[in-house]
Amino acid sequence: MGALDFSTILRGDHLASLGSSLVTMLELTALTWLLAMAVGIVLALIRMSPSVWLQRMVAVYVEYHQNVPMLVQIFLWYFGISTFLPKDVQQWLNRHGSEFFFAFISVGLAMGAYVSEALRSGIRSIAQSQIEAARALGLSYFQSFRLVVLPQALRIALPTLISHTVLLFKNTSLAMTIGVAELTYVTREIENESFRTVEIYLVATVIYLAFSLAIMALGSSIERRARTPGR
Amino acid sequence: MTDILAILRDYGLLLLVGQFPNGPLGGLAITIALSIGGIALAFPLGIVLALGRISPIALLNWPATAVVYVARGVPLIMFIFWMYYFLPVATGRPVSGLTTMLVTLVVYQAAYIAEIVRAGIEGLPKGQMEASRSLGMSYLQTMRKVILPQALYNMMPTLLSQFISTIKETSLGYVIGVNELTFAANQINTTLLTKPFQVFAILAAIYFALCFSLTLMARQLERRVNARRAGASGRNGANAPPRPVIITE
Repeated sequence: MGALDFSTILRGDHLASLGSSLVTMLELTALTWLLAMAVGIVLALIRMSPSVWLQRMVAVYVEYHQNVPMLVQIFLWYFGISTFLPKDVQQWLNRHGSEFFFAFISVGLAMGAYVSEALRSGIRSIAQSQIEAARALGLSYFQSFRLVVLPQALRIALPTLISHTVLLFKNTSLAMTIGVAELTYVTREIENESFRTVEIYLVATVIYLAFSLAIMALGSSIERRARTPGR
Repeated sequence: MTDILAILRDYGLLLLVGQFPNGPLGGLAITIALSIGGIALAFPLGIVLALGRISPIALLNWPATAVVYVARGVPLIMFIFWMYYFLPVATGRPVSGLTTMLVTLVVYQAAYIAEIVRAGIEGLPKGQMEASRSLGMSYLQTMRKVILPQALYNMMPTLLSQFISTIKETSLGYVIGVNELTFAANQINTTLLTKPFQVFAILAAIYFALCFSLTLMARQLERRVNARRAGASGRNGANAPPRPVIITE
């Protein structure tokens, strides 16, 4: 094995496609994160509703998404569920990058299930007596939830939410299997064209690691800042 | 629905065991074999990494910490491609997709198991280590006879859910052509061409049945372990009647 030579891959077309794959990866991560958070918050709220049927439906949703491999969920959306969409929608999607869209939908919906569980266990760890005390002090149900329960529950859920964010970021790499030109996909492409396997894999690995560590570091700094004094 | 039954009738066996007995074993059988092999080999390696992570000796601590962070920060699919390239170079001969996937899972899962074991060890009271050291046991003896048995017992439910993760991760063997369940489903899909939803719905259902039943087992186990731990620390009071082993919520 010769010395490492990054000059061929970090130049010209290869560098350009590496750059655009980074943008795609970050866009996919950001959009998917927003979807996962929205789904997670809505599901956690539904789970607290008094209706047993609604609670069960959320439980089924969560169990399905947590017990089926992410790759299979992506395939089911991209190859399967997409065929049920109206023809016009399918054509429109095909013109506008349906791979990206279905990767976003499948990873976002699945991670939403994880987020909702993190939020739920945060909320459940707050003693019921706190709500009773807040109510006795004259706060409405929603006020006591927003002002008393939620700030504590979020702090408890924070570490889990951060590791789920890293997981979500890592899972966007699975979009390469349906042809989204994100980092892993382009890494394979450059490898095939340049045969600089070790170099391009090193570049991709370092990029993934750098972003993951950045998310972890950002997360723990938020955690530190949000910590209640004296706890 | 009739489509699904027809697919199961024609290709059910392919999903379960692949081309076996006329060809290599595949399908669900390989998925399960890979998961069990992966977690079984990752387990001892994970304990070694965990001991490295809690060690005050920099020479042991640094490499273990590096392995754990790299595994946590880099997607599994990148590890698979690395191994796919690296194993034949390192061993000097062709390596099958199955072996590549097994080695990848072992390294990747070992890093996660290490963090679980470390949490288990750090969750035990410090007095345990101090007491057994002052009784004259060496550090390793204490680990082996006092700390690890308790830590691993407490960590059993988490280790079982790590096994579930491993099952789900074997689906990525598809990208390097490992003849497992997801690969078999893709084969069926390319043969049929017109029934993608039915094929992948069956695939999802099989994974769900397998992983969800293990999830239920993990929860049961967790209740048991928690009940035992609550009993052991005397939180129920010395004279309290024995609690039922399984506590329903």
